[in-house]
Amino acid sequence: MPDPMKIRANVAGDWTEVKVLMSHEMETGQRKDAAGKAIPAWFIQNVTVTHNGKTVLNAQWGPAVAKNPFLAFKFKGGAKGDKVVVTWQDNRGEKRTDETTIG
Amino acid sequence: MDTMRRDVLRAGGGVALASLLAATGVLRSGAASAQAWNKAAFEAHGLDATLKALGIGKPPTSKDVTFVSTPDIAENGAVVPIGVASAIPKTESIAILIENNPSMIAGIFEIPAGTEPAVSTRVKMGETSNVYALVKADGKYYLAMKEIKVTLGGCGG
Repeated sequence: MPDPMKIRANVAGDWTEVKVLMSHEMETGQRKDAAGKAIPAWFIQNVTVTHNGKTVLNAQWGPAVAKNPFLAFKFKGGAKGDKVVVTWQDNRGEKRTDETTIG
Repeated sequence: MDTMRRDVLRAGGGVALASLLAATGVLRSGAASAQAWNKAAFEAHGLDATLKALGIGKPPTSKDVTFVSTPDIAENGAVVPIGVASAIPKTESIAILIENNPSMIAGIFEIPAGTEPAVSTRVKMGETSNVYALVKADGKYYLAMKEIKVTLGGCGG
């Protein structure tokens, strides 16, 4: 099971700012190990963020996103105590979902 | 030798894609509506091929698409902060493209109504490159470009 994400969601005026830090190797598939064998690509491909069940961001990623990916954005209509849920899925089909409440 | 490795990689990719498709099917039935991964576009090399894989022509440059909190010079190519903001009404998606990376698209972010058309993330860059922000707004595409100089590449072993 992958490590949990760190998610922060804070409301300021109309906007709720979401910041996510995921724990993932994001291996490009370009690198070789000590024996000269290619290290297979292993990276997050899909990210979905929902607020009270409604999608507020959907992303497709390639292997160029940096290791332990960071994501920040803002959406309208959030209120303190609402739930923000982040789900990612990598190219091995592994998934991780974490949530936070808006502060 | 090299072609054999390619074949192995391709075969592995196929399996991963199949399991991904199966898994997104499961996801769709839930609250999250994750989209499938645009394999052809993510594996394209160069701007023209990437745009073609996305099914679009060469978009016009727009001053309303800007890079925010993005360095001119990145000391460490393994972690390059990139932020893109669009001031174009009805922005639907923002993509970050790195011309000199092995596959050009770093990420595509879909912006539903109610979400600010601005995203920040961190990417890897193998070397100094032109970085493009591709914005889709009201069905049309717009482009902005910025060169980021990389002191130490982030894709080597």
